[in-house]
Amino acid sequence: MTGMDAILYGGLQGYLVVALLLFSIGLATVLLRRTLLLQFMGVELMLNAANVALLAFARFRGGDAQATVFYLFIIAVAACEAAIGLALVIGLYRHRDTTDSDRASSLKQ
Amino acid sequence: MNNYFWLIPILPLLGAVFNGLLGKRTGKSAVTFVGLGVVFVSLLLAISAFFAMKGMPDHRIVLNYGEWMATGSLQVPFGMVIDPLSGTMMLIVTGIGFLIHLYSVGYMREDEGYARFFSYMNLFVFFMLTLVLGSSLVLMFVGWEGVGLCSYLLIGYYFETDFAPDAGLKAFLTNRVGDVGVSIGMMVLFAAFGTLTIADILTQAGHLAPEVGFGVLTFATLMLFVGATGKSAQLPLYLWLPDAMAGPTPVSALIHAATMVTSGIYMICRLAPVFTLTPITMDVVAWVGAGTALFAATIGLVQRDIKKVLAYSTISQLGYMFLGLGASGFAAGFFHVFTHAWFKALLFLGAGSVILAMHHEQDLFKMGGLKAKMPITFWTMLIATLAIIGFPGTSGFASKDEILYLAYLKSPALWAIGVLAACCTAFYMLRLFTLTFLGKARDPHAYDHAHESPTNMTLPLALLALGTVLAVWLGWPKAFGGDFTIEAWLTPATTYGQLHVAHGEHGSHPLAWVLASISTLLGLGFAAFGYFSYKDGLAVSEARAAKFPFLHQLLLNKYYVDEGVELYLLRPIRWFGNVLWKLFDVILIDGVGVNLPGALARVFGDFTALFQTGRVRNYALSMALGGAILLYVFLK
Repeated sequence: MTGMDAILYGGLQGYLVVALLLFSIGLATVLLRRTLLLQFMGVELMLNAANVALLAFARFRGGDAQATVFYLFIIAVAACEAAIGLALVIGLYRHRDTTDSDRASSLKQ
Repeated sequence: MNNYFWLIPILPLLGAVFNGLLGKRTGKSAVTFVGLGVVFVSLLLAISAFFAMKGMPDHRIVLNYGEWMATGSLQVPFGMVIDPLSGTMMLIVTGIGFLIHLYSVGYMREDEGYARFFSYMNLFVFFMLTLVLGSSLVLMFVGWEGVGLCSYLLIGYYFETDFAPDAGLKAFLTNRVGDVGVSIGMMVLFAAFGTLTIADILTQAGHLAPEVGFGVLTFATLMLFVGATGKSAQLPLYLWLPDAMAGPTPVSALIHAATMVTSGIYMICRLAPVFTLTPITMDVVAWVGAGTALFAATIGLVQRDIKKVLAYSTISQLGYMFLGLGASGFAAGFFHVFTHAWFKALLFLGAGSVILAMHHEQDLFKMGGLKAKMPITFWTMLIATLAIIGFPGTSGFASKDEILYLAYLKSPALWAIGVLAACCTAFYMLRLFTLTFLGKARDPHAYDHAHESPTNMTLPLALLALGTVLAVWLGWPKAFGGDFTIEAWLTPATTYGQLHVAHGEHGSHPLAWVLASISTLLGLGFAAFGYFSYKDGLAVSEARAAKFPFLHQLLLNKYYVDEGVELYLLRPIRWFGNVLWKLFDVILIDGVGVNLPGALARVFGDFTALFQTGRVRNYALSMALGGAILLYVFLK
């Protein structure tokens, strides 16, 4: 096993580490950033980390198509969610002239 | 050596990453070095890959880098295929790509976003090579979408202007319509063949009989052709290409003339064995191509912006290529891709040189007399103009006449449309050339400041002119004593062992002579007409426009297609969006979904509040009434 094969068939751990890293980066982005757009990207990263893990498990269980179908649904739902989320960010920007999530806190009062 | 061929697409990607992430800090010389260097090394590798492929017994190098997707019965490998078709295209992309990169160093030298520009350009080369070399339709589609992205980024390159971002968006959205077609076509092909690897599809297709009437393959190829009309700017999805001229001129040359817009033709050539099975699709391809060739050429007759004329010219020439493909002339169509890449890139770069000399003036009516100031641009543009109007002996003559000849064999009507378009082409090209370089200067101030471009811009012009002249060597038609080398060369790639389809000659050489004489004489006549109409300035043409005001306005306003789309397509969509907003958002979601439960709760609360009078007598009364009811219920 060399090159691409080693990466592709080297074992489950590699995929899970990538998924974990993606998830951590996403989570850190959501928690540490205040720009809604970036937080939004963080959420998408976390979602895709879950997808990577899902597909990796599926592959090492025998590679049937169920997980792929599931994953395609997640992608489709995520696309809809992204459309609505971006619309909300634009809406917030129009009303408040900012995409800083900390400043969208008027419900508290 | 085969071990290094994966670097051909990857190097430009690395260049894009470097210039995109670090380019701003490292300064211009590093950006230039990396941006040009990666494409140059990629070109050298491409040349060596090309000759390695030529040395193989079956003219094919298949490189597999492992599995990419494996789900159920869908198996998609990561791989490259270098054969005569993809090899030639790879050389066009890296070769002309490198010349245009070199030119950009001069053209963009004063631009703020120098690094960003080269990053996008390198990225484009990467995606284009992915499209060309990918061994499966999925990988090809990745490249297909990627070049669309780069096109969007580069059209909207001057993002602080009002117009450029909109033009980029228009290109992106129009292409999206076509891309839906491509993905549907791919799914149908997968359903039909059970694989998306190009070689497997073609091998299977080689053993099938042509489809009679409308079937699965006809549907699939028609859908793929919808994608081709989007990417290659054919009727009815051509609208984005004229607007795409908002990007820098080298971008127009590389992406919107030489390479990306020909990827629709490339895809059909790549899948030629499938397309030959579906006569209905071939008819559609031929007629759409011929229609577009004439339609766009007539618009080009009256445009004032030098780049707009060239844009409509590109749409028209792409129509010729599709006409050739539809007439089963895959080699002829692809040969026109090859020759067009040279002379149209040259025309655009020459136009860029003029535009820069005139301080970003693009209006033909304000130019004139530049021959004395810009000799190199003048002579190279002359060569390109002669090629595009099909002057005997030029590369444009060879490829265009081969297409027209095949079109005649399919249907004389197609040939007539093609010849008419060729006449328009001859007229508008001589109009452009005369207005730019000959006659008197119409803007003396700009003329005084005009000067020839620096060497790093004129050198690519000269090399492209050389290519324009030499390209003819690859395909001088058989009727005129040549051997149309490119056909024998491409046949293994376009037939794939498909034996029942005759790709040979049906007509006779005298017929070819007659047809070529007619089209060439008419073309030269119209070229002379164009020259004499404009050699003394604008008076003659203005008088003519005044004589046919309706026709002139119709052409000047591009048949009002943009306005029609706005009125009959976009306005109803916006109206529908408005309805959805008012009906679903305001009434259903805000009203029924959110406010109605709240209102109900409030009404109910108000009602029950009536019983909370605060008077003990009332409470005692209700207690007594309740007790009475309970007694009645239990003792009944």
